[in-house]
Amino acid sequence: MNPLSQQRKIIIIGSMLLIALACVLKLFSLQVVNNRYKEAAERNAIREVTITPPRGLIYDRNDSLLVYNEAAYDLMVIPKNVQPFDTMDLCQSIDITKEELCQKLEKARTYSPLLPSIIKQQMKKEDYGVLQEKMHKFPGFFVQNRILRSYPVPIAAHILGYIGEVTDQQLTSDNYYQLGDYIGISGIEKSYEEELRGKKGKRMVLVDVNNREQGPYKDGKADVAAVAGQNLWSTLDLKLQEYGEKLLQGKKGSIVAIEPATGEILCIVSMPSYDPNLLVGKDRGKNYAALNQDLDNTPLFNRALKACYPPGSTFKLANGLIAQQEGVINRYTYYSCGGGYSYGGHRLKCHSHAGSDLVDAVRCSCNAYFCRAFYNTISNNKFHSIQEGYQTWKDHINKLGFGQKFNTDLPYESKGIIPSVEYFDKRYNGHWNGNSVISMAIGQGEVGSTPLQMANLVAIIANRGFYYKPHVVKAIGSKNNPNMRYSERMESGISRPYFDPIIDGMKLVISSGTGRLAQVEGVEMAGKTGTAQNPHGADHSVFACFAPVDQPKIAIFVLVENGGWGGVLAARIASLMTEMYLFREVKQTEKEQAVLSHYITYAKARHAN
Amino acid sequence: MLTDNQSVTSKGIDPYLIIIYVALVIVGWLTIYSSSYDPQAEFTLFNLDQNYGRQLIWIIISAVFAISILIVDGKFFYNNAYIIYIIFMLLILSVLFLGTDINGAKAWIKIGAFSIQPIEFAKFATALALARFFNEGKTDNQRRHIFLLAFVFILVPAGIAILQKDTGSALVFFAFIIMFYREGFNSWLMLMGILIVVTFVFTLMWNELYTIAFLLVVLCISCFFVKGNKKKLFRNVGIFAGFVALVFAVNVAYTNVLQPHQRQRIDTIFGKSIDPKGADFNLNQSKIAIGSGGFAGKGYLNGTQTKLNFVPEQSTDFIFCGIGEEWGFIGSIAIFALFLTLIIRIIQLAERHKSTFVRVYGYGVASVLFFHLVINIGMTIGLIPVIGIPLPFISYGGSSLWGFTLLLFIFIRINAE
Repeated sequence: MNPLSQQRKIIIIGSMLLIALACVLKLFSLQVVNNRYKEAAERNAIREVTITPPRGLIYDRNDSLLVYNEAAYDLMVIPKNVQPFDTMDLCQSIDITKEELCQKLEKARTYSPLLPSIIKQQMKKEDYGVLQEKMHKFPGFFVQNRILRSYPVPIAAHILGYIGEVTDQQLTSDNYYQLGDYIGISGIEKSYEEELRGKKGKRMVLVDVNNREQGPYKDGKADVAAVAGQNLWSTLDLKLQEYGEKLLQGKKGSIVAIEPATGEILCIVSMPSYDPNLLVGKDRGKNYAALNQDLDNTPLFNRALKACYPPGSTFKLANGLIAQQEGVINRYTYYSCGGGYSYGGHRLKCHSHAGSDLVDAVRCSCNAYFCRAFYNTISNNKFHSIQEGYQTWKDHINKLGFGQKFNTDLPYESKGIIPSVEYFDKRYNGHWNGNSVISMAIGQGEVGSTPLQMANLVAIIANRGFYYKPHVVKAIGSKNNPNMRYSERMESGISRPYFDPIIDGMKLVISSGTGRLAQVEGVEMAGKTGTAQNPHGADHSVFACFAPVDQPKIAIFVLVENGGWGGVLAARIASLMTEMYLFREVKQTEKEQAVLSHYITYAKARHAN
Repeated sequence: MLTDNQSVTSKGIDPYLIIIYVALVIVGWLTIYSSSYDPQAEFTLFNLDQNYGRQLIWIIISAVFAISILIVDGKFFYNNAYIIYIIFMLLILSVLFLGTDINGAKAWIKIGAFSIQPIEFAKFATALALARFFNEGKTDNQRRHIFLLAFVFILVPAGIAILQKDTGSALVFFAFIIMFYREGFNSWLMLMGILIVVTFVFTLMWNELYTIAFLLVVLCISCFFVKGNKKKLFRNVGIFAGFVALVFAVNVAYTNVLQPHQRQRIDTIFGKSIDPKGADFNLNQSKIAIGSGGFAGKGYLNGTQTKLNFVPEQSTDFIFCGIGEEWGFIGSIAIFALFLTLIIRIIQLAERHKSTFVRVYGYGVASVLFFHLVINIGMTIGLIPVIGIPLPFISYGGSSLWGFTLLLFIFIRINAE
């Protein structure tokens, strides 16, 4: 080999090694120095798939199911995987026309040939059963199950509430949610959203370049299991709630029953109502619109919490308590009546009787007695002004739960109406006295309260002075894990002895007074009728009671719009409800028949157009 | 002329070349298997629906080719070098009329369910013809003449490949210039040629400033060789100025003469344009695959980039991605080591051989293998533009495996004479 060739061989091999070294250095920088590519590969191939846990179930206080999850099935398609199939067979199985199917397939193809699209939404289990057997005949199609809320007994719609897809606003304010997630929109579903929803899990899957799932990443070791939503035990008594809704069928009104010792709401009926199953699944929007437009019945309106009624004579109980606490009257204070209370040329009528002490005034619901007591309470000489006197009364009435929200787990409460001093100052130009607001003495005029507030007053009386905020959830997660949010004992500000004459009077109402129709055999009860005057039509029939007197288990407030005299319809309903709750059955079939056959014709709503 | 008229014997057959060949083929098959690996799929070795099943058949056929060549008398290749060359030139020419389009290149002939790419066989044919050509022309005053004629042997297949729109394969034939250099091709011409190509590529791939900086470095290095000779120094500076002028000329041509769509195409070739779904996407995914392998790799069958089809052409031109991803830096340098050992061993054997025919053919084999190695891997790691040529012995495909097997085993055979 000549020296030139030898030199050239070395140059060739040397150059080759140098070029190879350049490649190796580049490889070193790519593979060893730079970490960016590792992450890029993971971003490419690993997708996080969210696992939505099942939403918690809701039971009543006796472990009967109120809300559960029902599986529904969506038929999905990945257009690219579709092979020729028997279209007629598929159309028949899912009950759509051939044109519809072709149209949907075309739409799916336009959306994405590789990603799944929905062909048929929310099939029931029965329909899916038929299809399931044949699925192998339809390549490219698959079934995805989703969960829908379902209600075995269609009751308590307002309180249980409903769920729906999250709004954009909720998406931005809470990063737990993703587009298409469900969230509680009202009722318990809303107030206990965090407990019910559980905790999402995630599954790491490998996807290929076309974003198709190719199996678990690291055999699922990086997955996070979902935590199922917690079950709730409601304070509601399914049987009582169902019975209450049955009794109010064909009427407008509300029944609220509270367990006085705990503040647990046993039933909370608002009629007209709706079947909660209507606000589930694919027809929710349509059904909601229909309910929302039903202006005659306003079924979405929860009267128990939102309707502000004149409480009528039942309000006298509160005024009797406040007057005693303020030292204006006592059990033996006697006011003459003579058929009414006269002031400034006006006369607030009463039925004709000579006069009464406090117990008797409760029994016969004497207007004059409570007007005088009220007048004397706020125009007491110890106050420097009517404003000061009224404010004192207002403080008392607020402590009894009126004019404010309880802010518990109940949806959309109304505050009711207890006007402020400023309101009357403005209205009367600062010149007013006890008689200006005298209607409030008997639960009329400016005062307004919700059925819930009235039921709470009954509970306070049953407890002789205190209450727990009314609420609807008893236990969370397990029945042994009581809901402690509302366990604070609220004081009414009325001393215990002042309740005795009121309760004695209420006992007489039942035994020999205006509420005899509310009697339940074998139970000592205390009650009060009310006949709330209503500027829009017939009086509202109102009744409040609790039983048994010594160890109260239930405090009830009943209001039937335009139901007439409180001693009849409302008293009967209260009686039946008490019996149902205490004895789990109703023997007063005549009374029941009378209530069920009592229909009230309501004026049609005036439509805006 | 073959100097020794030894009879055909297995003596002299180099075992190392065969060992490395077998190793590379096995690595190739394993990587092809991995890139289409599906844990759910049933594994059958000769699954003709899968690349790995088909490749196994190509490997078996290659073994038949290899053994046949080792049996044939080495003189056969010398005697028939020109005939073989002419046959294969006619074959690749016929592809222009009979061929089928695959990926935009009309480089394939369909035979039943399979396609053959005849250009892969033109490489060993050209190497044989050139070896015989250099073996015959000996006198020094014929030199210039010889190289001009030798270029004809290269330009014929390269030209046909360009007509087939197979630029990558066309470029491969210019690898023989390495062998020309060994045979005495003018080093100045060689150097200038390389510099011109490099200047072109750098100007279009980077920008004029970087390219001029690079040329400046080359100028400085050249100053060491002139050893104070002022005349030579001025000459070098003059040449440097010429190259700078070339840089600007290329730049002006690029910005002012070319149409926008032509510019776009050049940009894409040189990886400058952001075309996230096209060539840029492919190169980026290729870099992600190799880069994500890290030092030790993700482990065999654990590559996500290749298994999940993020890398395009992952069994053929981009097969190195699978190696880089699953075997990491260690695996990558192992591949380089195998190839470089093979190539240098071929060069050593070629130099040792008395016959010019064997030496020239050996250098031809080494040149082609090296060119493929550097262009293919350089492309996957973004060092050079994407030029679609296979990685010898490893990439999926019967034509390429057979072509390289013939190329290598003819050398093993004639080297044993």
